[in-house]
Amino acid sequence: MPDVERVQPGDDIHVERGEISVNRYGPAARVNHWITAASLILLAVSGLALFYPSLFFLTGLFGGGQNTRALHPYFGVVLFISFFVFFLQLWRANLPTRTDVKWVSQINDVVAGREEKLPEVGKYNAGQKFIFWSMAFFILVLIVTGVMVWQAYFAPYVPIETQRIALLVHAISAVLIICVFILHVYAAIWTRGTLRAMTRGTVTGGWAFRHHRKWFRELASRRRVDPAE
Amino acid sequence: MMDSPKTAVSNPPVQPMDSNLGERDLVRRSATSDLPPPERQLTAVAKLIDVSKCIGCKACQSACVEWNDTHPAIGENVGVYTNPHDLTEDMFTLMRFSEWINPETDNLEWLIRKDGCMHCADPGCLKACPAPGAIVQYSNGIVDFIHENCIGCGYCVKGCPFNIPRISKADHRAYKCTLCSDRVAVGQGPACAKACPTQAIVFGTKDDMKKHADERIADLKSRGYANAGLYDPPGVGGTHVMYVLHHNDKPHIYSDLPDDPKISGVVQAWKGATKYVGLATMGVLAVGAALHGVFGKPNRVTAEDDEGAEKLVTNKTGTPEERV
Repeated sequence: MPDVERVQPGDDIHVERGEISVNRYGPAARVNHWITAASLILLAVSGLALFYPSLFFLTGLFGGGQNTRALHPYFGVVLFISFFVFFLQLWRANLPTRTDVKWVSQINDVVAGREEKLPEVGKYNAGQKFIFWSMAFFILVLIVTGVMVWQAYFAPYVPIETQRIALLVHAISAVLIICVFILHVYAAIWTRGTLRAMTRGTVTGGWAFRHHRKWFRELASRRRVDPAE
Repeated sequence: MMDSPKTAVSNPPVQPMDSNLGERDLVRRSATSDLPPPERQLTAVAKLIDVSKCIGCKACQSACVEWNDTHPAIGENVGVYTNPHDLTEDMFTLMRFSEWINPETDNLEWLIRKDGCMHCADPGCLKACPAPGAIVQYSNGIVDFIHENCIGCGYCVKGCPFNIPRISKADHRAYKCTLCSDRVAVGQGPACAKACPTQAIVFGTKDDMKKHADERIADLKSRGYANAGLYDPPGVGGTHVMYVLHHNDKPHIYSDLPDDPKISGVVQAWKGATKYVGLATMGVLAVGAALHGVFGKPNRVTAEDDEGAEKLVTNKTGTPEERV
């Protein structure tokens, strides 16, 4: 069982003309990721427009206030479904391990990029796991509180005091998930070579060796020897 | 220039006149922080509803429907006089009937309260509203919904301490009593006050209405209602619709009229601290990330990493690793 945290179906190493590339995400996972990303961005923009009067002009992007109000919850449903699919694929690989404790205790080395001092990590490091679980948590909270105040269908059946609390929790969770989103995007940019995993689906051997050596090692050891080689 | 009307009883003026209650009379505008101060101060108006004089005829409801040209659906009788059963987007005012047994006298008292927007001096609906200009407050105290700016989110429902606004399923906009702002603007009192056969509903300046209430309260006290009083709740800064209640010590017996209404603390936190702390948190993180991106050293794959990877793959076997 410990292997599941490191290797997932479809993960594989390919060597072509001396270049090592490692499959990290299949086409379906990448498409789903970008659906999640697009809906989260649309939700953030439309939500901020309804939260900050100074950003109300952003409702123009959705065709006015009425349309923004009508669309926002549907974006939320899309996000919830696409993330839910993600969740079922990834939750096992994101279960915490003892390595994560050590990794977090050396957070200074993480931020400084001194990865040689860190323990070898599997497919996901503690930071990525934190992003995963906080996204999962806040998306769940946001969909539940969001449905409670969905005026067109559900709000009339929810007591007003409950709706007030739901709105407050919804707003706080939205702020926090935007923070998690910023962390996620920034980490992917700061760690050069990461975006490739979500565009082409592969990473370089060097990237896998540097950031997820345990995962890479596992893939290398599993690699079948091609009889033609 | 015409000021606020002083009564609902008089007939409409016959000479042509300008209407007031325009943009320049606004003292508050939803989701707007830079509202210019009003050009003039209109005299504060109020509607006074004397519950002890109400006979429950519903003329006020009919007048409201007629003036506002709403079309409430024909309802179903479930054995109570309250009809329709609740305020709707087509019924801005509603006579609520409750039967209360006075524990002191063991008498059944039939309490009839005309429910509707209270026109709070500190309106929770306006505070909660995210759409600029969808809810406004005029200098005479009237709180009005400007429907073309309404986005139908229902936040006003959450903001209101009296559970008054209703969102139309047809056009997704919020509706409530306007205090007949379109009549008041041209010197007339609200339709309900005009129609009331017993003058249980009267209209005029807020000062006059308070004076009138004092007379009524003195009368009620002389008739044995020791707790008679004026309902002008300070928790919302006072209201521009006030009640004379024979049992002002317990407003809740009048079909759950709130004893001490105020804008919910949850709404205040949502529209206050959450906004500022949230903006600061997101801002610091975004700016921090941007600065780190510009000035910090990116985490790059090194030549050693590439070599290490190659070695691992060509060896085909990783070193056996420790279990975690």
